[in-house]
Amino acid sequence: MSRLQVVSGKGGTGKTTVAAALALALATEGKRALLVEVEGRQGIAQLFETEALPYEERKIAVAPGGGEVYALAIDPELALLDYLQMFYKLGGAGRALKKLGAIDFATTIAPGLRDVLLTGKACEAVRRKEKSGRFTYDYVVMDAPPTGRITRFLNVNDEVAGLAKIGPIHNQAQAVMRVLKSPETAVHLVTLLEEMPVQETADGIAELRAAKLPVGRIIVNMVRPALLDGVDLKLAETASRSAIAKSLSSAGLGGARRGGLAERLVDPLLQQAGEYAERYTLETEQRSVLAEQALPLHELPLLAEGMDLAGLYELAAQLRKQGMS
Amino acid sequence: MSLDPARVLDLDPLLDDPQTRIVVCCGSGGVGKTTTAAALGLRAAERGRKVVVLTIDPARRLAQSMGIDSLDNTPRRVKGVEGSGELHAMMLDMKRTFDEVVEAHAEGDRAAAILNNPFYQSLSAGFAGTQEYMAMEKLGQLRARDEWDLIVVDTPPSRSALDFLDAPKRLGSFLDGRLIRLLTAPAKLGGRAGMKFLNVGMSMMTGTLGKLLGGQLLKDVQTFVAAMDTTFGGFRTRADATYKLLQAPGTAFLVVAAPERDALREAAYFVERLAAEKMPFAGLVLNRVHGSGAAQLSAERALAAAEDLDSVESEHPDPAATENAEPGTAENADSTTAENAEADTADAAAPDDVDDPDSATAENLAGARIVDQADGKAGLRNSPGTYGSSESPTSGASAPDEGSPAITDRTAGTGRTTATDHTTATDKPAATDPERSIDQLTAGLLRLHAERMQLLSREQRTRDRFAARHPEVPVAEVAALPGDVHDLAGLRDIGNRLAAHRPELPES
Repeated sequence: MSRLQVVSGKGGTGKTTVAAALALALATEGKRALLVEVEGRQGIAQLFETEALPYEERKIAVAPGGGEVYALAIDPELALLDYLQMFYKLGGAGRALKKLGAIDFATTIAPGLRDVLLTGKACEAVRRKEKSGRFTYDYVVMDAPPTGRITRFLNVNDEVAGLAKIGPIHNQAQAVMRVLKSPETAVHLVTLLEEMPVQETADGIAELRAAKLPVGRIIVNMVRPALLDGVDLKLAETASRSAIAKSLSSAGLGGARRGGLAERLVDPLLQQAGEYAERYTLETEQRSVLAEQALPLHELPLLAEGMDLAGLYELAAQLRKQGMS
Repeated sequence: MSLDPARVLDLDPLLDDPQTRIVVCCGSGGVGKTTTAAALGLRAAERGRKVVVLTIDPARRLAQSMGIDSLDNTPRRVKGVEGSGELHAMMLDMKRTFDEVVEAHAEGDRAAAILNNPFYQSLSAGFAGTQEYMAMEKLGQLRARDEWDLIVVDTPPSRSALDFLDAPKRLGSFLDGRLIRLLTAPAKLGGRAGMKFLNVGMSMMTGTLGKLLGGQLLKDVQTFVAAMDTTFGGFRTRADATYKLLQAPGTAFLVVAAPERDALREAAYFVERLAAEKMPFAGLVLNRVHGSGAAQLSAERALAAAEDLDSVESEHPDPAATENAEPGTAENADSTTAENAEADTADAAAPDDVDDPDSATAENLAGARIVDQADGKAGLRNSPGTYGSSESPTSGASAPDEGSPAITDRTAGTGRTTATDHTTATDKPAATDPERSIDQLTAGLLRLHAERMQLLSREQRTRDRFAARHPEVPVAEVAALPGDVHDLAGLRDIGNRLAAHRPELPES
């Protein structure tokens, strides 16, 4: 199992939720996982129903069996100050730089630099060890930028190479790339069973592979329950409406006669079945597109009550059951 | 809980109004923003206006749905538009747009020097706000050409919906900022007391940044900014001009969202932000709203009835539906409401149980139902108690309590049939008995309906939360489509849904 797990996905597919559930699943039974946020959205804090996360590793949840989940919202400016402190012992001068806007300048001047700082911080957490020699975190899970930007985000070497050809940033980028391209890392993509996200996932996988970044698994999120199968749907097309009305009536839903309560339910129920049938066909097609990617595939259910903390644990249990941790 | 008419966003008057020159669609990622922009553009065109849709990062299929295989930085006319109007579509190419800005303002050699500058190349391809800035730039260009009656703009898929408003200012102030001036013209400073500190700071900083990034990069930046600055009057001026264009009458902002917590939270922030910036906000487009034509049937009641059918079916393998259609039973059920569904359903089911040898079944069924209703996700699995209590141990054992609900139910049903005395066809597959299949189908339809109703009430709660925070915001709701849009007809359909005042929503 790779120790750095990067979770990406198209906007709206729930990648933050999946990243958090994965961290919980990985921490189960006494392990320690760090959940890292890089886009400053405070999505993790909202999910875990806590106040906004500072730039500091902080315990936010206990996993089943005594594991722990820590969270960190990486701020590129503070990461750069950290970094300068580490290499140049700047002290107060670092603060002066910040005041001048130099930090903002440096992190915006070179988009690659910003990404090196973010991925660099995550890689540092992966490699960090306690005095006892054991890794501080068994796993680091990153809630990464969306599929459209993920390859560029992780492929910091290329980004930075054109700008900083020598110097510590260059070296840092090299070190980060060694971790990111090794089996220590796995990049997972979250999708829905809809055309656009599936297409974007397929494109994203191709890009990651072209950049020689290790693609991990596909996680299909918000899968709705299979309530009717092909046989039912065929029958729904041919079944007599009055027979369905009688059946509804027999279940105590009113009169089957014309205009009766049960009879009036038949049309809308069949219409819903028609919509379901259309979605069923579409989902079957999308599943086969995903299967072509030849990657391990996981499915997480749509939670009827919406996403909350209890739901997060439910998804974590699902991931564990499906062998993702 | 139908929408207050005052809050319905009426889009046709907005699209038809010749004063409306720019419509901006914004919102978080994955809510159907680009599709909404395209559908609005088509609708306006078919209502007689000459429209251009500026998309930022359209999915290939959306471009194809407008009959254009690959959109590029030039507006292309869309074929197949009905009526007297015109629809043109284009996709923002940020690097190309940036290059055009440079080329338009600098002559030969100077332009070449900028375009070849490594810092410019990095900036134009990847600066965090370049896409947003260039979207604004392109919008300004299109508006200045005055060729179109209406420009519909999609916004970039930002990490946050607010980036669209912030990024141009950020890029503008970054490139025009004090720091970059200090960097590029340190010689002009000095002399005054305060500047001395600055100069010390500056040399230390340029030194540090130089070490960090490599000295060449700083030189590139200095050359670039100097070249840009002398070429045309600064970025901030341009960003400010476009910003003012957005604030002007004639622009209408639409916030696009889906009835999901995160998307609506972003939408709420955006609404507040637009108000704070005095941007002309027209309303909220809520995509993917679910409805039901049978909203009078609650999820709980549908699930209870589905449970009934699962059990009735095994106890009455012979067609038994006719006697249930008796007027007395029907009227009894007609007067039923969701609140007392349990009791009434049990009553209504009672006639079935008169000739049932096992008189305890009715009670068991009622019991099982209550358990499921309390659970809230009822019916997605069977309560093992239903089988264990009323049937032989074998049937209970054959009913797994997890897994695919439809299959589980069927297996369980067959098991139950095996255990009763009513039939000898123990191994007969359920699907070969037409009557039983109808009951199974009906149970499936009811479960499907229950799922729909649960989704609906969740969406309703989310929308109510938004409405409580922003009761003043007019809303246009678009019913969810089972599939994606593939052609103009699909976009037209969405346009119709956008403009229809009444999406299929439950009235209670």
